[in-house]
Order: sequence, then C-alpha cells, then structure tokens
Amino acid sequence: MNLTAIAAIYRFEMGRTFRTIAQSIISPVLSTALYFIVFGTAIGSRIEQVEGVSYGAFIVPGLIMLTVLTQSLSNASFGIYFPKFIGTIYELLSAPASFLEITAGYVLAAATKALAIGLIILGTAFFFVDLTIAHPVWMLAFLVLTCLSFSLFGFIIGIWAQNFEQLQLIPLLAVTPLVFLGGAFYSITMLPPAWQTISLFNPVVYLISGFRWSFFGLADVALGWSVLAICGFTMACIAVIAWIFRTGWRLRS
Amino acid sequence: MTSPILSIDRLTKTYGSGFKALNGVSLDIRDGEILALLGPNGAGKTTLISTICGIVQPTSGRVTVAGHDTVRDYKAARRLIGLVPQEIALEPFEKVITTVRFSRGLFGKPRDDAFIEKILRQLSLWDKRDARVRELSGGMKRRVLIAKALSHEPRVLFLDEPTAGVDVELRRDMWQVVEQLKADGVTIILTTHYLEEAEAIADRVGVINKGEILLIEETQALMKRMGQKEMRIELTEPVSEVPGVLSGYGLRLEAGGCRVVYTYDRQAERTGIGRLLRDMQDADLHVSDVETRQSSLEEIFVGLVAEDAGEARP
Ligand SMILES: Nc1ncnc2c1ncn2[C@@H]1O[C@H](COP(=O)(O)OP(=O)(O)OP(=O)(O)O)[C@@H](O)[C@H]1O
Ligand SMILES: [Mg+2]
Repeated sequence: MNLTAIAAIYRFEMGRTFRTIAQSIISPVLSTALYFIVFGTAIGSRIEQVEGVSYGAFIVPGLIMLTVLTQSLSNASFGIYFPKFIGTIYELLSAPASFLEITAGYVLAAATKALAIGLIILGTAFFFVDLTIAHPVWMLAFLVLTCLSFSLFGFIIGIWAQNFEQLQLIPLLAVTPLVFLGGAFYSITMLPPAWQTISLFNPVVYLISGFRWSFFGLADVALGWSVLAICGFTMACIAVIAWIFRTGWRLRS
Repeated sequence: MTSPILSIDRLTKTYGSGFKALNGVSLDIRDGEILALLGPNGAGKTTLISTICGIVQPTSGRVTVAGHDTVRDYKAARRLIGLVPQEIALEPFEKVITTVRFSRGLFGKPRDDAFIEKILRQLSLWDKRDARVRELSGGMKRRVLIAKALSHEPRVLFLDEPTAGVDVELRRDMWQVVEQLKADGVTIILTTHYLEEAEAIADRVGVINKGEILLIEETQALMKRMGQKEMRIELTEPVSEVPGVLSGYGLRLEAGGCRVVYTYDRQAERTGIGRLLRDMQDADLHVSDVETRQSSLEEIFVGLVAEDAGEARP
C-alpha cells in the first residue's frame, strides 16, 4: 500500500482548499443562511410544525444534506477533472499508485471539505433554530458516509466529463432536483399517496430520511433501508471506479 | 555486459482510432547510458515513452524495468522511472516546491527537504521555490518538470524533447544537468529533433520512424561513419572497369563509368588523395572535375527515413 501517495494527494488537494478557504466556506454558509430565512422564517411561520418538530428545525438535516451532496460532488469531480484538463494527469497515471490509492487521496480530500462545511452549517443552524440531536453518533456516521459516497460519485463524474459543461451537467440535472424532491424541505408523508410511492424511487429520500431520523428520531422510511441504500450506493461507486482504472476508460488511450 | 536496465520486447500500440503508432519495437537499454531517440514528427517517440510509463496501454509486447514487468509489476517498475513529458503540464497556482514535494510523495518516497533543495539548486530553481508556477518562464517550467521527475530519485529518466523551445544557453545547461545525472548513475532516454544534441550527449543513437526502430548504434561509431569522406572524381571518358594498378584504393565506379568514387578517412594522417591522383594520371585516366563530400548524421538519418518511406535514396 502506497500510503505516502495517498497522503501526498490528500495534502495537495487540501492545500488547494485552504488557498481558497474564503470562497470554499462563505458561499455555502451564506446560501444556507438564506434558506433558513426564506424557508424557516417565511414559510415556517405558516407551517409551524411537522410531526411535532418546528419547521425551522425540521429543514436543518435536509439543508445540510443539500450542501454536503453538492459540495462532495463538485469537490471530487473538479479535483480529478482539473488534472485531466491541464494535463498533469500524466503524473498520476505514471505513478506507482493503484486505483485505490489515487481514488482514496482525491475522495478523502473532497469528503473532508464537504464534511467540514456540513458541520459549519450545522453550527450555523444553532443560531437560527432550537435544535437537539437525538442520535449524534448516527448523525455523524450518516454525514461521513454521505460525504464519502457522493465524493466517489463526483470522482466518477470528473473522469467521465470531457468538458466543463458535462462536469456541471449531472449535479445540475439530476442531483439538485433529486434533493429538492427528496424531502429536504418537507416530509414525504405530506405528499399524496401516488407521489409518496414515486418518491421511494428517489435514492436521496433514503439519505435525508435516515439523516433526519438521527436528529429527531422520526423517519419517512425505515432506518434499515436508509443504511442499506447508502452502503449500496458506496459499493456501486467503488465498483465503477475499479472498472475505470482497470480499463483505463477516459484516462489512458 | 550486465543485463539491461530497460528491456522492450516487440511492443506494439494501435490507438483507438485504428492507427498503429508502434510497430513491434524491441530495444534494450543499458544501465547508465544516455540514449537519444531521433525521429520525425509522429514517428512514435512519445507513444513509446508513454507506453513504458503507463500513460498509454500497450496493445501487445512487454517491457521490463530492472526485471519488473511494467504491467504486471507496475509499482516496482514505475518507482524506478522518472518522466519529463513533451508538453508542459503543471498546476498553475501551486508553488514550485509544493509540486515537487507532491511528486516525491506520489512516488512513495518519504519527505526529504534536503534532497529537494539539492535538485532545485541543481536546476537553478532554488530562488524560485516559493514562486507560483504560472509566474515562471517556459524554460523554468520545463526545469520544474525535470525537478518533479527527479524528485523520487529514479534510476531511469525519460526526457521527451527536453530542449524544445529552449534557448541555446539553457540547452547547454540542460546538457550539463544530463551529464551530471549520468555521472550519478541515472539511465537517460531522451527524444530530440536536433542531431547536434544527440551527438553532443548521447552514448547511443536510435532512429525511429513510423513506429519502428530503424537503427540503433553507438554515437561514436556513427560519428566515425560521419568522419568518412567521399571524393568523386569525374572522368573525361568513361571506363568499363577500374584499372588493375588502382585496385588498392577500393574505388567504386558510378555514372556508367564516368565517375570514380574514393572513400577515405578525413582524420587519417595520409588520406592518399595525392597518390591516387598521380596513379590515375599514370593509368591514363583524365580528370575533368573533383568533388568531396561528407555523409553527416543528418544525411544518414534523412536517408534512413526516406528509405523507410519507400523512396529511392538520392
Ligand atoms: N491518443 C492518440 N490517439 C490516436 N492517435 C494518436 C494518439 N497519440 C498519438 N497518436 C498518433 O500516433 C503517432 C505517433 O505520435 P507520437 O506523439 O508518438 O509521435 P512523436 O514521435 O512523439 O512526434 P513528435 O516529434 O511530433 O513529438 C502520430 O501519428 C499521432 O497522430
Ligand atoms: Mg512526441
């Protein structure tokens, strides 16, 4: 195991993050604060409570998920796309590092950054709403797993993308709608039965449901399904990445 | 002869487009030598290097570095290899020293600031260690690439056109660096379009065209061939054969007996020209014109490539 290589990639990527620390943190925190004001305060004054939880608090897990998902995707996809774009990928390909090691370096860095931002937003949320976390360990576990799995997914997007448009395409076209429709701002039990059934095909529902359960002890779907869904997704991403490195798809000619 | 440090065995590469860029390349590279690969644009030099280094997947054939297969045992093989690519590719916003340290780590070596300093000094980059890459000139960027390739102390270094777009002075600096590396025991394979460069620093010269090695020879032997001169003596009247008295000169008849060609060593103390001309006069051969010419490495090279292209040699 070339641990030195993993550490080198990780440190290099984190260096990039720290160079742009202001924009890395300010923009997600600012947009989340806006969500709190718009959804929590404006709409919350009408809805007040969802299943015994104040609406302002109810949307916190969804908001964190929204940010963490988009951050993981964009960090990881950009992290590997950039070397492809400027040509420095030659060094990764010629290094004595396995697919696992290269992926680990990039994905761990992307996930670390997303996790940090997720925690900062959680901290920010305490300024806006009264919040207690019922299962803090589960909460952290969900958060970490989500960061990891979506960083893996982002890594795949970064390898797949052949231009900047494609890099934005999947996050914009698939992930953001799935998160919005995944119960970030509502409980899917609030939907008509037909839409509830359709929602069950949205993988993000399982994520947000499980994460929200760790806060309030209430879930849209059984906890087991949430755990299974996120573990399955992680495995699928790892399998795809293993295949990419074995075949050299979009990396080696 | 010790076993080769790098052994290429019938390597072929057909790109996805169907283009055959390497056509059965076999080549053994000796430990500690400097090999210059010469070839026209598109000959397959970069493809050959990329295939050895793991950037391009070989279609068939096998490469070993110090006995390690570059596909099956890629980690052990790649640890020994440093690569300076033809195109400059660097993270523009990083500091010089950060990218060089990164390379060392990526290749699995523990951090060693003293060693990095040594390399940066050797490449006259130490003053620029904290500069951002984008603030450097083209020649400096190329040296950063070299520093990155050397950061993990490779035994084999590939330099893909290291002096392309580099001014004369810097080119000489680069040659010095290469000599220094050779003295340190590093094996160097460089590609170049400049014959002068190959002559100046390479122990052996290889000529590649259309994915095939056309020639591989000691530079000195090539130079010796180069040192051979030809004297073409035009005769006023054609002869059917070289007269017996001139048989000791190894003469060749050309142009239907109108021309006698004499090959001699320019550096020899006695070229034998004076005696030949006297002997010819004695043999009643009348000379109308004399011309001497030298076969240069350039000519050998152009000739080989032209021959390969199926054109008649001039
Ligand atoms: N990724 C690729 N896909 C398809 N064909 C390629 C690819 N890379 C190179 N080629 C082709 O392979 C041939 C050899 O290219 P290569 O870059 O190895 O040449 P070279 O000898 O390095 O040339 P130069 O002196 O210009 O650098 C060229 O005809 C080139 O067009
Ligand atoms: Mg080339």
